[in-house]
Amino acid sequence: MVGCIESVGPVTSWLVPGRALFLSIHLLGLACFGYIVARRLVPLIRAERDPRFDRPLARLGKVLKFWLGQWKHPRYKTAGFLHILIFAGFILLAARAFTVLIVGVSENFVMPGLSGEAGHLYEAATDYAATVVFLCMVFAIVRRLVFKPARYAVPAQYGKSHTPDAVFLLVLIAILMVADSLFEAARAAGQAQQGQPIELTTILSLPWAFRASLASVSLPVLGRLYFGAYLLHEVTFYFLLCYRPFGIQFHVETSLFNIYFAKLDKGTLKPVRWGVSDENLAEVKSFGVKKFEDFTWKHILDFYSCADCGRCSDNCPANAVGRPLSPRFISIKARDYAFQHYPMFGPSGNGKPLIGTIYSDDEVWSCTTCGACEEECPLLVEYIDKIVDLRRGLVDDGNVPQSLQKPLKALESRGNPYGKMEKKRAEWASAKEFQQTCPVKTLDAKNGADTLYFVDSITSYDDRMQSIGRAAARILDHVGEDFGILGAAEKDSGHEVRRFGEETLFLSLRDHNVDAIKASGVKRIVTADPHAYNALKHDYKDVPPVEHISQVIARGVRSGKIRFKPLADGKNVYTYHDPCYLGRHNEVYDDPRAVLDAIPHLKRVEMSRCSDRSFCCGGGGLMLFYEPKEDQRMGVKRVQMAAEAGANVIVTACPFCMVNIEDAIKVAGLEGKMSAIDLAELADQQIARQSLPIEAARATAIHQECVVGR
Amino acid sequence: MEILVCVRRVPDTSENEIALNSAGSDIERDELVYSINEPDNYAVEEALQIAARVGGTVTVVTVGGEDDEEILRRQMAMGANHGVLITDGSFAGSDGRGIATILKAFVQKGKYDLIMTGVQAEDGAAQVGGMLAALLDYPFASLVNSIEVLEGGKLKISREIESGNKEMNEIDLPCVLSIQTGINEPRYVGMKGIRAVASVPIPTYGAADLGLEASKVGTAAAKVKRVDYFVPTAGRGAEMLRGKREENIDKLLELFARKGVMK
Repeated sequence: MVGCIESVGPVTSWLVPGRALFLSIHLLGLACFGYIVARRLVPLIRAERDPRFDRPLARLGKVLKFWLGQWKHPRYKTAGFLHILIFAGFILLAARAFTVLIVGVSENFVMPGLSGEAGHLYEAATDYAATVVFLCMVFAIVRRLVFKPARYAVPAQYGKSHTPDAVFLLVLIAILMVADSLFEAARAAGQAQQGQPIELTTILSLPWAFRASLASVSLPVLGRLYFGAYLLHEVTFYFLLCYRPFGIQFHVETSLFNIYFAKLDKGTLKPVRWGVSDENLAEVKSFGVKKFEDFTWKHILDFYSCADCGRCSDNCPANAVGRPLSPRFISIKARDYAFQHYPMFGPSGNGKPLIGTIYSDDEVWSCTTCGACEEECPLLVEYIDKIVDLRRGLVDDGNVPQSLQKPLKALESRGNPYGKMEKKRAEWASAKEFQQTCPVKTLDAKNGADTLYFVDSITSYDDRMQSIGRAAARILDHVGEDFGILGAAEKDSGHEVRRFGEETLFLSLRDHNVDAIKASGVKRIVTADPHAYNALKHDYKDVPPVEHISQVIARGVRSGKIRFKPLADGKNVYTYHDPCYLGRHNEVYDDPRAVLDAIPHLKRVEMSRCSDRSFCCGGGGLMLFYEPKEDQRMGVKRVQMAAEAGANVIVTACPFCMVNIEDAIKVAGLEGKMSAIDLAELADQQIARQSLPIEAARATAIHQECVVGR
Repeated sequence: MEILVCVRRVPDTSENEIALNSAGSDIERDELVYSINEPDNYAVEEALQIAARVGGTVTVVTVGGEDDEEILRRQMAMGANHGVLITDGSFAGSDGRGIATILKAFVQKGKYDLIMTGVQAEDGAAQVGGMLAALLDYPFASLVNSIEVLEGGKLKISREIESGNKEMNEIDLPCVLSIQTGINEPRYVGMKGIRAVASVPIPTYGAADLGLEASKVGTAAAKVKRVDYFVPTAGRGAEMLRGKREENIDKLLELFARKGVMK
C-alpha cells in the first residue's frame, strides 16, 4: 500500500485536512516522550559508574542471541511463544508504524527500500504481523484474566495486583493493531469503489477482514473512517509511547540497551566501586548500596527493564521455600521507588536508606546467590551483584545477623568459619589407613608439586566432608598427578565472605592464599569444592588455571586412565544434582554426567529441574550459619524432587550440597530410602584398581548397605 | 551522657581449644586467639545506643598490656569515641579488687555519668563491677538487660532474675551497671572499620598518672591468689536411645515422667 501512494492520491488526500492536527500530535507526542525519557535518565546520571562500553562484538552477540533471537523465551513455552510472535510482529511493524506516522504529514512518503515489489511483500507481511499481534493480545488478555498463571500474582506484602495495568497495556496494543488495519482497510475499500485494482489480498488478515466488511460503505463514510482510524492510531501510538515509561512495558524501549550493556562474565562479582583498585579501596568511605543512587546506572536500567514476567521468582529457591525474598520485587520495588522519588516534575531523590524503607535485612540475607533468577531472565537483569552490593552496605554499617558474626570473626582470626586451629587444617590427610595408601604432601619451599589440591575449609575440617577430600586425593593419585596441599598455609577461599558483603576480609583471605599459591610454585590447581573453584577462577587474580575434580575425572575417563568397575548393585537409580557454582555459574554440566554414565550398570535419571535450572540445595559457606525465616528447607524440596524423578541416590559434586542434602534426607523422613554421595566419592569407589584402598572399600560397603537396606 | 565502658580481652572460647600447660599453672597460650569479652561487647553496643538516643560520648577502657590495644580499636571501630589503655608493670597479678582500684582511680580523673562492665569476664569472677561501684560509692546493678534514660538523672533498668523473669528498677546516676548478654544485638565490626581507626592514637595511663601506689595494686596487694587449674574428669556420657522411633518416643516420655520433667 505504501509503495503505491502516488496512485491513490484521492484516497490519501482524505488525510490532508488533518495535516496540521497530525503534525501537532507528532510534535507533542515526541516532545512528551523526549521529556519523559530525559527525566527517567536523571537517576542513571546520578548513579554510580559502571563501565559497560567495552567488548562491542561480544555485546552485539548478546543482542543477536537474547534480543533479536529471544533466546530465553522458549524456556516458558506458552508465554515464550506468545512473546516471540509479538516481538517479531513489532519488529516487522516498526518500519510501517514509522511510515504511517509520516504519511499523516507528508502523504507521498515512502520508506526507502520499500517501494515496488519489496513494498508489496513487506505490506503483506505486516498485514499478517498486525493480525498475529492482535490475536496474541486477545490470547494474552484471556490468559491474564481467565487462566491467571500463578507467577503473575502479587503477594499481599508487595502491594496490589499488576493485572489491570498489564491488561490495559495489552488492550492499547490491540487497539493500535485494529486502528492500523482499519486505516488500511478503509483506504483499500475506497480504492476498490473508485475502480482501482484491489491491493489488499492478504486473505484472513485483519485488514482483509475489515475491507470485506467495508465493501458497501459509501466513499464519504470511508473517508471519515480512514481519517478516524488514522487519528486513533496516532493518538494510541503516542499515548503508548509516553505511557510505557511508567510501567512494565518500558522494556520495549530499554531492552535493546539492557541486553547490549548486560554483564558478560558469569561467576564474577562487580568490585565495590568500579575504577577503584583493591589496593585503593580504603579511600572509599562508604561501601555498597545504601541509598538508591548507590546502584550503578546499569542496575537502575535493569529496574526500568524488568517486564514483571515473574520468571525469576518462579525459579528462585528462596521464594519457593517462603523466605522473604522475591527477585521480581527487588526490581519492582526499586522501580516504584525511582518513579516516586524521581517524578516527572519537581525535585528528585530523597537520599533515605533503602533498607528499612523498600528492602528488609532478611530479604537481602535470604539470597543464596544460586543464580537461578539471572539464568531465567529474558532481559538479562542482574540480581547477584545488587544483592551483594546491598550486603556490602549492611556490613559497612555493622548490620550483620548475629549468627554470621562469629564465623566472620573466626575467618578473620583463624582463616576458617569454624574457629578451628590452623595447624589442624591438614588433619584429614593424616587418617592412618588413608595415609598408608595415599600420602599427601604439604607444599613448602622444599616440597614442590605440579598441581595444588585446594581443599578449602569445609572439606578440611568437617568430619563427613573429609571423606570427599580423601576421595579427591586418591583420584589425583590414581591419574598420576604430582600434587600437594597447602595445609596450614591455606585459608578459606573467601567465596562466601565476598558474597556476604565482607569485601575487606575477603581481600585479606585472597591475598594470603594468592601468596601461598605463588610460593608453592604449582602450575595447576584442582579443587573438589565448586565455591573454591569459582573463587579461584573468578575472584582471584594471577593464580594458575583451576579445575574442578569432576573435570579431572572426566578427562581421566576419556583418556582411559580411569576405568570403572560395574556397580555392585544395579537396583539403585541415581540422579545428579548440579551445584550452582559448578553448573550455572561455570557451565560445567556435562563432565559430571559423563563420569556417571561411564560407570557400568549405573542407572541415571534427571530431575525436572536440572542443569541450568537446577534448584539450590540451600547455599554454601556462610549460608550454613545463617538462620533464615522460611517455611521449609530448600534441601527438603530438592530431595523430594529427586524422589519424584524416581531416584534413590543423589549424586552431587559440592561439600555444601552434601551437608544440605544429607540433612534434608533426614528432615524429609527419607533416611534409609534415599542417600547422597559426592561424585568424587562415587568415582573413587568405582575406580578399577589393582588393589582397592581400604577406605574406598569401606565406603562402598557402607553406601551399599545404606541404599540396599531400605 | 558521658559513658565509660570497662572492657577486657580474653581468649575466644569459640575459636580455641583450651588446654592446660604442662605445669598446670595456666592454660596453654601459644596459639590462642583473643577477642573482646563477649558481655563487654554488649555493654559497648548498649552505650553506643544510649549515646545515639540522648547524646554524649562513649569511652572504652581496659587494664592490660600493649596487646590489649587490639580490642580498644575494635570497639572504636564500632563507634566508641575514645579508647584508653591503662598499663603499668606494677599492675601484674592484680586480683579483682586491684583492678577495681585501678579503674576507680581512672574514673575519678574524668566525669562519667554511667559506667558499664560486662556481666563477667569469660576468664573472670564477675566481681570488678560491684567492687568498682563500692569503691566509688556509686549505686550498682548487675545482670542488666535493658536500660531506659529517665528525666532527672535516673535510669530505668531491668535485671534478669531466675528463669528469665525481669525485675524493673530505678537507679540514680552516676552508677555502675554490669550488662547481661542479649540486651541488644551488637553491630558487626569488619576489617575495614578497624583499619580506619588503626592510626588513631590511644592514650595510655600508668600508675603514676593515676596516682596509684604500688602497694595498693598488683601481686603485692592481691588477697585472692590462683593456686591451681584442673580439668574435671568427664562424667558419664549421654544416654542414647537406639530403638525404633515410636519406641524411643515412649521411652523418652517415660524418662521425662520418672525424672520429673513432666507432671
